[in-house]
Amino acid sequence: MPSALPLGDPAPPDGLLPGQALEGAADRAFGLYVHIPFCAVRCGYCDFNTYTATELGGGASQDAYAGTAVAEVDFAGRVLRASGLPERRLSTVFFGGGTPTLLPAGDLARILAAAIDTWGLEPGAEVTTEANPDSVTPESLQVLADAGFTRVSFGMQSAVPHVLKVLDRTHTPSRVPQVVEWARDAGLAVSLDLIYGTPGESLEDWRYSLETALSYGPDHISAYALIVEDGTKLAAQIRRGEVPGIDDDDHAAKYELADELITAAGLGWYEVSNWARTPEQACRHNLAYWRGDDWWGIGPGAHSHVGGVRWWNVKHPTAYAARLGSHVSPAAGRETLDAETRNVERVMLEARLVTGLAIPSLGGLGDTGRHAVAGLIADGLVDPGEAFKGRLVLTLKGRLLADAVVRRILPD
Amino acid sequence: MSPMARTAPVPAATDPALIRNFCIIAHIDHGKSTLADRMLQYTGVVQSRDMKAQYLDRMDIERERGITIKSQAVRMPWELDGTSFALNMIDTPGHVDFTYEVSRSLAACEGAVLLVDAAQGIEAQTLANLYLAMENNLTIIPVLNKIDLPAAQPEKYAAELASLIGGDPDDVLRVSGKTGMGVEVLLDKIVRDLPAPTGDPDAPARAMIFDSVYDTYRGVVTYVRVVDGMLHPRERIQMMSTRATHELLEIGVSSPEPTPSKGLGVGEVGYLITGVKDVRLSKVGDTVTNLAKPATESLPGYADAKPMVFSGLYPLDGTDYPVLRDALEKLMLNDAALVYEPETSAALGFGFRVGFLGLLHLEITRERLEREYKLDLISTAPNVEYEVTLEDTKVVHVTNPSEYPTGKVAEVREPMVSATILAPNEFVGAIMELCQSRRGVMGGMDYLSEDRVEIRYRLPLAEIVFDFFDILKSKTRGYGSLDWKADGDQVADLVKVDIMLQGEQVDAFSAITHRDKAYAYGVMMTGKLRELIPRQQFEVPIQAAIGSRIIARESIRAIRKDVLAKCYGGDITRKRKLLEKQKEGKKRMKMVGRVEVPQEAFIAALTTEESKDKAKK
Ligand SMILES: Nc1nc2c(ncn2[C@@H]2O[C@H](COP(=O)(O)OP(=O)(O)O)[C@@H](O)[C@H]2O)c(=O)[nH]1
Ligand SMILES: C[S@@+](CC[C@H](N)C(=O)[O-])C[C@H]1O[C@@H](n2cnc3c(N)ncnc32)[C@H](O)[C@@H]1O
Ligand code: SF4
Ligand SMILES: [Mg+2]
Repeated sequence: MPSALPLGDPAPPDGLLPGQALEGAADRAFGLYVHIPFCAVRCGYCDFNTYTATELGGGASQDAYAGTAVAEVDFAGRVLRASGLPERRLSTVFFGGGTPTLLPAGDLARILAAAIDTWGLEPGAEVTTEANPDSVTPESLQVLADAGFTRVSFGMQSAVPHVLKVLDRTHTPSRVPQVVEWARDAGLAVSLDLIYGTPGESLEDWRYSLETALSYGPDHISAYALIVEDGTKLAAQIRRGEVPGIDDDDHAAKYELADELITAAGLGWYEVSNWARTPEQACRHNLAYWRGDDWWGIGPGAHSHVGGVRWWNVKHPTAYAARLGSHVSPAAGRETLDAETRNVERVMLEARLVTGLAIPSLGGLGDTGRHAVAGLIADGLVDPGEAFKGRLVLTLKGRLLADAVVRRILPD
Repeated sequence: MSPMARTAPVPAATDPALIRNFCIIAHIDHGKSTLADRMLQYTGVVQSRDMKAQYLDRMDIERERGITIKSQAVRMPWELDGTSFALNMIDTPGHVDFTYEVSRSLAACEGAVLLVDAAQGIEAQTLANLYLAMENNLTIIPVLNKIDLPAAQPEKYAAELASLIGGDPDDVLRVSGKTGMGVEVLLDKIVRDLPAPTGDPDAPARAMIFDSVYDTYRGVVTYVRVVDGMLHPRERIQMMSTRATHELLEIGVSSPEPTPSKGLGVGEVGYLITGVKDVRLSKVGDTVTNLAKPATESLPGYADAKPMVFSGLYPLDGTDYPVLRDALEKLMLNDAALVYEPETSAALGFGFRVGFLGLLHLEITRERLEREYKLDLISTAPNVEYEVTLEDTKVVHVTNPSEYPTGKVAEVREPMVSATILAPNEFVGAIMELCQSRRGVMGGMDYLSEDRVEIRYRLPLAEIVFDFFDILKSKTRGYGSLDWKADGDQVADLVKVDIMLQGEQVDAFSAITHRDKAYAYGVMMTGKLRELIPRQQFEVPIQAAIGSRIIARESIRAIRKDVLAKCYGGDITRKRKLLEKQKEGKKRMKMVGRVEVPQEAFIAALTTEESKDKAKK
């Protein structure tokens, strides 16, 4: 059950962007997201826009997918140019899913090549793909590296078999160190995704997963709290009482443990759920989302943002391919944010970063935000030292209550 | 048996000798509405095919709860020995809270059908209304209903009735409102046994208002019983208490749909429409006379209903305050017993302190406000009126616990009731235990029959307004019944318990209790709030206190996690929408100091377990 798309305004068939999108564009980084909507099996907790071969009724659309994605890359190049946006090279590219590595590495390479052809890459650009541990080989990783990929993010999730089982993961724990080594050999930077708070996972299980992940020496770790999404198999299992529910206090304890162990291993947090070995190794593509940079999202259900204009593509791969086949924008809806909404988003997103929010900038939303700072310091949610220097940066406790902090900053 | 009348006596031209005015006295669920339906059907005023169950119970709430709130008067023709009579049936409410409405309908009648469920026997409420009827010199026709039920014990209960009102058990009629058995015999008996109304047709007109209903299309509809003279359409009438005059736009009878007539004469019961929209211009209990030829003396007034139970009513959405105000104003028209005044609560905002006859009256009023005026309401825990004498001899009347004086109190008096409880004798122990725990003093006990007892207690009203009846019911497996009436007051050792969240007093939760029960209240309320208030970003102490002395405490642990720690890729819109929703949710919170308390928590904390169960049903 892939997640629902937002409700927005209709998007124009030609995809052209309003003038607002151009303002200050030359100073903003530009990135590309490529969505690969296929998985071998659907994990019980996952509501991403992804489909198994059976769900799609055969592998045909997987084979043709690279061609369709390239068609959108071409379309995107034309639209940006026609809308009057300056020529910008790509700072970051991110292949996500779904399971990008379910496609032949050559397909991913082909899509990337088309993107480079259209926009070119900034020197030192970051090019990432997500990968499931059981969907890569030394050879496929080498093909990716040769094509220009610089980074791979493996969905490790846990090192504990019973936890992996509840999550419906298909790989064995021992596969992870292998793929990490292969990726390194191919010259790729490595990130590991972990999930905590799975029903049945003890604090010790979680400690073990963290220690195991850290023992592989990753450049980057993402640790996500398991969210029970409506309509997923997991949600139904919890409703029926087949597996225990989720406990926020357990999540909190596990987040604290994660921060403690990951920090002790020499990585530092830069976003609520992300830690990097050095600031340079933070996922720049991810940061672009939090910072409100521009990116184009390729693929069904993919989201894009250019200068305060957000849009999202139709969800189903078939509908998506049909749109591109008839040279119509695949966008399902879009919204053009006014200044106030952009400000709200900025606070909501930047508050999650280690760089935080400039306190004087909070005035843009009225006085609530600035007045809230003292209370946030008193409650131990905001770092006082940073606040004295004019930045609102969350403490560990504050990171765990980030959404509440944002609500306190924003006017009613 | 009598046939359906071939010709019906015409209103305004009916000899009083051919009129019979009666009501039906019955305990709730003993079948009054069903019997009334059968009568409507057999007298032909409602065609069988139009018959729906409890035809006269018009309001939705009545239908759902199966109780009659508003009295209705219906004129039905009935033929006996070749003469057509006009029967006016006044359907009256059967619950303890509505004694006042019963008293009004009784005063418009010469006789009463005393209807008793043949499987249940007489109940306390029936006794109370029967007493009122006898005091009004009404002729009583005892009837056992539901004799079709296998569990019916007509012999036993006929004997009980006969011993109560005198007479022969064999004279007690046996009917079934459900099958219709015996209903025609009953109609005949009403004609035969009940006295016809008497009055002076040549005297200035005098009619008693026994009910007054606001109708959206027609304005105020006033129900009257003419005592002397005659009222005609288009003449000017005067309300004797206020001296207000109106033109009589329409006059008629209900049969049961409103049917205009050429007037109403001595002994007749019908309705008046004057186009008046203001509720206070047509007061229940008032006497209507003719402006051109006014009566000098008004009819003996009806007992004014005195509110006994008070509760704060607040709109969930503060902007609904004017809607609530207008709605209460309109309900007043229907409900002379309702009184209210504006009140402000720090926790709940702007609302009204409303006085009710009892708990059911409160519940029904609240439900009508919610249903008919689309309001969402919070009602504070019901309480009674206390008379507090301060050391400087100043006297304060307190209907809202948060207004309990803080100064030195010399004496507090609380209202008392005398209660009559009827139940099978096996429950005597349980009932006494309950009454004792409610500070009751036993007045006496009598056996009604071999196995049924009447127990009399004097109790503080405050002890019975909240959950007493529900507990009585459960302790007697549904067999116990209760009636009460005001019975002076007494000095009592009462204290005010305050509830504090993070040191901030929450006025809506303050309560006045007996000193011995203050601790239990404090423990109960703090415990309840701990469950109901969501965790905040800081620890929230909840305390119960008498003055500055803390008597109970709980605490809500601080929330530790409130962040969506998931990878949501570029879908920022979804995240923002979630934030907007959360902020909307925050708006529905009431702030108590820094603590966000959801409306639902207020409602739940102010709701008893029993009423929660009721809502679930
Ligand atoms: N078996 C049987 N049930 C009856 C009879 N009269 C009323 N009832 C039922 O008793 C319940 C209460 O009846 P209702 O007329 O609403 O009582 P009210 O509260 O006194 O008006 C309903 O479920 C009726 O269907 C009767 O004669 N026989
Ligand atoms: C876009 S997903 C897909 C990556 C890849 N297919 C995989 O599963 O390894 C990226 C990450 O989101 C996280 N994730 C997915 N569903 C989640 C959920 N319901 N709650 C928390 N994290 C979730 C997982 O850690 C996953 O690795
Ligand atoms: S493999 Fe990844 S994208 Fe696919 S279903 Fe599982 S979590 Fe979702
Ligand atoms: Mg009824």
